[in-house]
Amino acid sequence: MNTTLLLVQTLNGLQLGVILFLVAAGLTLVFGVMDFINLAHGVQYMLGAYLTATAVAWTDHFGLGLALGMLATLAAGFVLEILVYRHLTGRDHLEQVLATFGLILFMTEGVKMVFGASPIAMRTPEILSGSVVLMPGLLYPVWRIAIIASGLGVALLLWLLVARTRIGMLVRAGSTHAPIVSALGVDIDRLFMIVFAFGAMLAGFAGSMAAPILSVEPNMGDGVLILAFVVIVIGGIGSIRGAFLAALLVGLVDTLGRAFMTDILKLFFANSSAAKAGPALASMLIYVVMALILFFRPQGLFPAERR
Amino acid sequence: MATAPAANDNARPSRLGPFLRSPAFGLVLVALLAAAPAAAVLLGQPFWLTMATRVAIFALAALSLSFILGQGGLVSFGHAAPFGIGAYAVLILADLGFTDALVAFPVAFLAGALFSGVTGTVALRTRGVYFIMITLALAQMAFFTFTSLSAYGGDDGMTLWARSTVAGQKWLKNDLTFAYLAIGLLALFLVLGNRVLASRFGRVFRGLKENESRLAALGYDAYPVRLVAYALAGGVAAVAGALLANQTEFVSPAYMAWQRSGDLIVMVVLGGLGPLHGAIVGAAVVLVVEETLSHLTEHWKIIFGPLLILIVLLRGGLIARILGGRRG
Repeated sequence: MNTTLLLVQTLNGLQLGVILFLVAAGLTLVFGVMDFINLAHGVQYMLGAYLTATAVAWTDHFGLGLALGMLATLAAGFVLEILVYRHLTGRDHLEQVLATFGLILFMTEGVKMVFGASPIAMRTPEILSGSVVLMPGLLYPVWRIAIIASGLGVALLLWLLVARTRIGMLVRAGSTHAPIVSALGVDIDRLFMIVFAFGAMLAGFAGSMAAPILSVEPNMGDGVLILAFVVIVIGGIGSIRGAFLAALLVGLVDTLGRAFMTDILKLFFANSSAAKAGPALASMLIYVVMALILFFRPQGLFPAERR
Repeated sequence: MATAPAANDNARPSRLGPFLRSPAFGLVLVALLAAAPAAAVLLGQPFWLTMATRVAIFALAALSLSFILGQGGLVSFGHAAPFGIGAYAVLILADLGFTDALVAFPVAFLAGALFSGVTGTVALRTRGVYFIMITLALAQMAFFTFTSLSAYGGDDGMTLWARSTVAGQKWLKNDLTFAYLAIGLLALFLVLGNRVLASRFGRVFRGLKENESRLAALGYDAYPVRLVAYALAGGVAAVAGALLANQTEFVSPAYMAWQRSGDLIVMVVLGGLGPLHGAIVGAAVVLVVEETLSHLTEHWKIIFGPLLILIVLLRGGLIARILGGRRG
C-alpha cells in the first residue's frame, strides 16, 4: 500500500462519489417535495448515457452530443412525469414501488430492443482523453478529473439554485411544508414536474459522464440506483447537503475498501483466507457503514426538518 | 407512510367474499394446486409438473412476504435475500457433506431467520420509505457478498450435485415426489402462518399496522413483535429458496437479485394484500403470465412492465377485488 496508489484510489472514490451525488440529488428532491419513492431513477441515468452516446456518435462532436443528450433526457423526464409519475403522487408507497418497478422493466427492455443487449462504447473527446502527471509517478486520466470537476461544478450550481433562487426556495419549502406551500398559492404539481424532470436530467448527466469509463448497457442504472438509495438514506432524505456528503463518503468508502481490504486483512490473517474474505468484506463495507449510521441516527445524518 | 385510502370504495362484498377470505379457501387453493402434478403425470405433460412445483415454491416465498407486508404493513424490498440464503444453505451444506433435507431445510430456515433478524434490528428502526430503501440495500449487500464468494461459483453460481436426500433416501429425485414436498410445505406454512396470525402475537402484529400508537398505549412494544415476525418470514422464505435450489439443482446470486424481491412484491400485491393464501393466487398469476408472455416474445417484460403500471393506475387488480382484500 503506497501513497501513490492511495491517492489514485482516493481520486477514484471522489469520482464515484460525484457521480452518486448527481443521481442522488434528483432522487432526494423528488422524495422531499412529493414524498415519492422512485425506483426507476436509475433508468434515467441509463437513458442519459444511451441518449448522449447516440447523439455523440451522430453529431461526431462531444459537446454538442452531450447537450442534445441532456435535452433529450430532460424531455424524457417530462414525458414520463406526464404519463406515469403525476398519477402516482399521493399514492401509497407500495403502489409507487410497484408502478416504478414496472417502469424499470419496460424501459430496460425497451432500451434492450432498440440498442441491443450488448454494451455500446462511447469515445471520450480528444482534448479530455489521455492522462496527466499529477505528481511524480502519479499518472491520472484526464477524463476522470473532468468528471470530478464537472460534478463539483454542478453541485455548486445546484446549491446556488436551491439556496439562492425563488424556485429553490419553493423546493426547500415544499420539501418540508408541502401543504402550506400549496395553500399559499404555489402550484405544487408543476413544481414537482420541474423538480422531477430536472432530477432526471441530472441523473442522465451522471450517466453520460460515466459512459466513457463504464460500459453503456441496459442494466447500468441498477447498481447506481441502489448506491444512491444508500446515499440518501445516510444523508437524510430530502437534504441536498446530506446527499452531497453521504455521496462522497459512500464513494470513498466503497472504492478504498475494494482497493485495500484484502491488504488490510493480510496484516491480520493468513494470505489465502484474506484473499478470499477481502472482496466479500469490501463489497459489504458501505452497507455496514450505512447500518451503523442508521443504528445511531435512524433519520440519517442531516434529516430535512419535517412538519 | 401515506395512509392507504379506505378499502370500501369498491368493496361491495358478495356472499362469496367471506368464504374467499377464509383460511378454508386457502386449503381449497392448495388442493387445486395439488391436483396439478397428478394431472400432469396422467396427461403426460411434464411441463405442468415443473410449473406446479415452481408455483408452490414461489407461493411459499410470497406467502412469507405477505405475512409481513400484507398483514404487518412492512414493505420489504429485500425479501429475495433470505430466499437466496436458503438456496446457498443447501449448496454450502452439500459441499460440506450434509446432503440430507432433514439437516439442510432446518438450517436454511435458521440461516434465513438469522439474516432477517440481524438486518431487521437496523431496518425496523426506520419507517416508510426509509424501510423500503434499507431492506433493498441490505439485500444488495447479501447479493454482492455471494457474488464475491469465489469458492461457490461467484457471479456464475454453482450446480448442486444432487437433490437433497430425505433420511438417506433419494426420494426427491422423483419430480412428482418433489412437487408434493413443495406443495406439502406450502400447506404446512399456510396453516402455521394462519395460526400465528390468529394468536395473541399475531393480533398484536396486525394491530401495529392499523394503529401503532394505540397499541403502544396498551403497553405493546412494536419493535420486538415486528422483529420476530420479520425473522420468521425470512426463515420461511429461506425454506422456499432451499426448495428452488433443489428443483433447479443450481444456485447463483441471481436468486437474491433485487428484481426477484420486486417479483415477490408483485405476487403479494396481485394476491390482494389480504389473507395469506392470496399469495398462492398471486404467484400462480405472475408465473403463468410470465410463461405465456415469454412464449409470445423474448421481450416479454416490455408488456409485463406496463401491465404493472396499469394495475396500479387502475387501482388494485381484479384478483384483489375477487379476494376482497385491501389493495396496496
